[in-house]
Amino acid sequence: MAFAAALRDAAKATAVAFGLFVVMVGLRTDVGPTGALFLRTRWPEVAMLCAAIFAARLAMGLWVMPRFMKAAGSSMSGPLARIGTFFGMGLLVVAVILPAIPGIERGQIDLAILVLTYIMLGWGLNIVVGLAGLLDLGYVAFYAVGAYSYALLAQYFGLSFWVCLPLAGILAAFWGILLGFPVLRLRGDYLAIVTLAFGEIIRIILLNWVDLTGGPNGISGIPRPTFFGLPFNMSGDPGTFAHFFGLEPSPTHRVVFLYYLILCLALLTNWVTIRIRRQPIGRAWEALREDEVACRALGINVTTTKLTAFALGAMFGGFAGAFFATRQAFISPESFTFIESAMILAIVVLGGLGSQLGVAVAAIVMIGGFELFRDLGEWRMLVFGAAMVVIMVLRPRGLVGSRTPTVALGRKRAIGAEFVGEGRG
Amino acid sequence: MAYALQQLINGVSLGMIYGLIAVGYTMVYGIIGMINFAHGDIFMIGAFIALTAMVMLVSGGLMEGPAAILLVLAISMTFTALYGWTVERIAYRPLRGSFRLAPLISAIGMSIVLQNFVQVSQGARVKPLEPQLPGGIELMREGTFVVQLSYMQMLIIVSTLTVLAIFTWLVTRTPLGRAMRACEQDRKMASLLGIDTDRTISLTFVIGASLAAVAGTLYLLRYGVIDFYIGFLAGVKAFTAAVLGGIGSLPGAVLGGLLIGLIETFWSAYFSVQYKDVAAFSILAITLIFMPTGLLGRQEVEKV
Repeated sequence: MAFAAALRDAAKATAVAFGLFVVMVGLRTDVGPTGALFLRTRWPEVAMLCAAIFAARLAMGLWVMPRFMKAAGSSMSGPLARIGTFFGMGLLVVAVILPAIPGIERGQIDLAILVLTYIMLGWGLNIVVGLAGLLDLGYVAFYAVGAYSYALLAQYFGLSFWVCLPLAGILAAFWGILLGFPVLRLRGDYLAIVTLAFGEIIRIILLNWVDLTGGPNGISGIPRPTFFGLPFNMSGDPGTFAHFFGLEPSPTHRVVFLYYLILCLALLTNWVTIRIRRQPIGRAWEALREDEVACRALGINVTTTKLTAFALGAMFGGFAGAFFATRQAFISPESFTFIESAMILAIVVLGGLGSQLGVAVAAIVMIGGFELFRDLGEWRMLVFGAAMVVIMVLRPRGLVGSRTPTVALGRKRAIGAEFVGEGRG
Repeated sequence: MAYALQQLINGVSLGMIYGLIAVGYTMVYGIIGMINFAHGDIFMIGAFIALTAMVMLVSGGLMEGPAAILLVLAISMTFTALYGWTVERIAYRPLRGSFRLAPLISAIGMSIVLQNFVQVSQGARVKPLEPQLPGGIELMREGTFVVQLSYMQMLIIVSTLTVLAIFTWLVTRTPLGRAMRACEQDRKMASLLGIDTDRTISLTFVIGASLAAVAGTLYLLRYGVIDFYIGFLAGVKAFTAAVLGGIGSLPGAVLGGLLIGLIETFWSAYFSVQYKDVAAFSILAITLIFMPTGLLGRQEVEKV
């Protein structure tokens, strides 16, 4: 009986799949030698896809679904919550000793730098979305402001990275307030679309203001960071990092230095967030997320609360941007598209809104996994998007399903993520 | 004067395409309260299906002219509707009743999937299609400048108005439309009263996708070049239009689409082409600052 039902279900799925693929896969238009389009047919591929869908759906109906139903009763969030603290500590230890682990090469450290950049951006956005509950779809704008601040200040005024880093953060925070101010009255999806619009506006301006930003060609030759004034280079001359410490000049030094730099910046973001959650302003953010009307009634200044969330989140985005610029030594508007914002938001939501550990895990899974599937070529993004859908469908509240409330009556303990509000702003 | 008139015609025909896509956004938003980020890519799929059908009909020598265009529209609407249905079934239905950001992320994932699916299956290169309906009517002549209403623009305006008329009839006069409006007001209550809400939501996606398919077909015929990436910008613009008009309001979506189309066209004609998107987005931001729920949106009343 169950078999017949599963068979019927699989047949239906196959019919739908046939409809989906018959035109888009079965027929392909290509530009011919004369410039006109001609059609190619690929019926075997369609048949194979349909067969695959049939088999997958049948297998799901017969084996996976019944088991999944059974498992759905027991909560999956328990184990990770219990081992969460240890897991987080373990991750931190691994992160600190990573460059010293035997067998780790330059490529892997580069990947770790990328992952840490996204962790930092995720933590920064987590302040805005996870704590204050303001849906921001244009976070990449602040990343861009940070990157361009450093690049332009270095190019026009010759300022060093260490001077520009705080400046980039301050400028990004300033832009956060500037963009945050007009949208204070907006709620929910209206806020989302306006932040998206701001992100696009900043990108278009960077793209078209050729005199200042170099337009689509971007800015190249951005100075690399120095180790407190000691540059990293291969010459081994006096005054370089390698000479000062009596080391053999090696390109790895700079990569390791950049790695520790972003690790420190990310940990700073995390530390500030954790500390500030206990301050009145952090509590006000979370209260705002839970209920804005109640906040107003209790005399919380909603304007400053929202603006500080925007500004602080933007500031960390700006730091990350300045780091990105110095690491790449080249930036262009290409790096600051909407898909980048979507990626950071996806990391925050997939990890679990408001959960610091979740953001880190999600960034490792998403960015690390994305690099792992490098061999897939053009299929890589397809798999990436599908993974986003699957994770969301299976775990709507993110990978880490529990939260620890900042304030608790009596003993503090983890609660399920579904008890935490998501904000309407 | 003549120049402005020509821009008005261009702006209206562009705005109608945005309006058609925006209706899909606003319908889905009204009924399940989520931003369907994949809708722009549904529009792109519609354009691709139309391209394939067009090449098959015309280069196969089966049909030509208006009859071919009508058939292409029908094919594109049918298959695109299937995509709309599938996207809802896979990515949104399991998340029904979940918290607000989960469907948003799965919609972004779905948008990435659709874009890259088309890139893999149809190739990344732009596809040019030779004009199918050349020529037009000369409306006015001022010196050497000729104001022209091309047959293509007429087709866009006429077919958009027809589709919207059918759509309005569907929403206001049929049992399905009543069910949709009921679900929009209160989904739980509607299901208690015997409305199959899942089916109604599925049909909403089907209708939204077919409207996007019409937009995609018209876009293909008007501009003649498409690639797998057109959905993103068109989607963002259409969503902007929906929000500008007041999200959830169907006439608002069309009005917003027209406004965005006109702003873009006039800005490119009189100021600069590069900053036309900045103009559209700035108008959106300014409008929302003064009217936080859009032009025709209902003021949300919050019960405490």
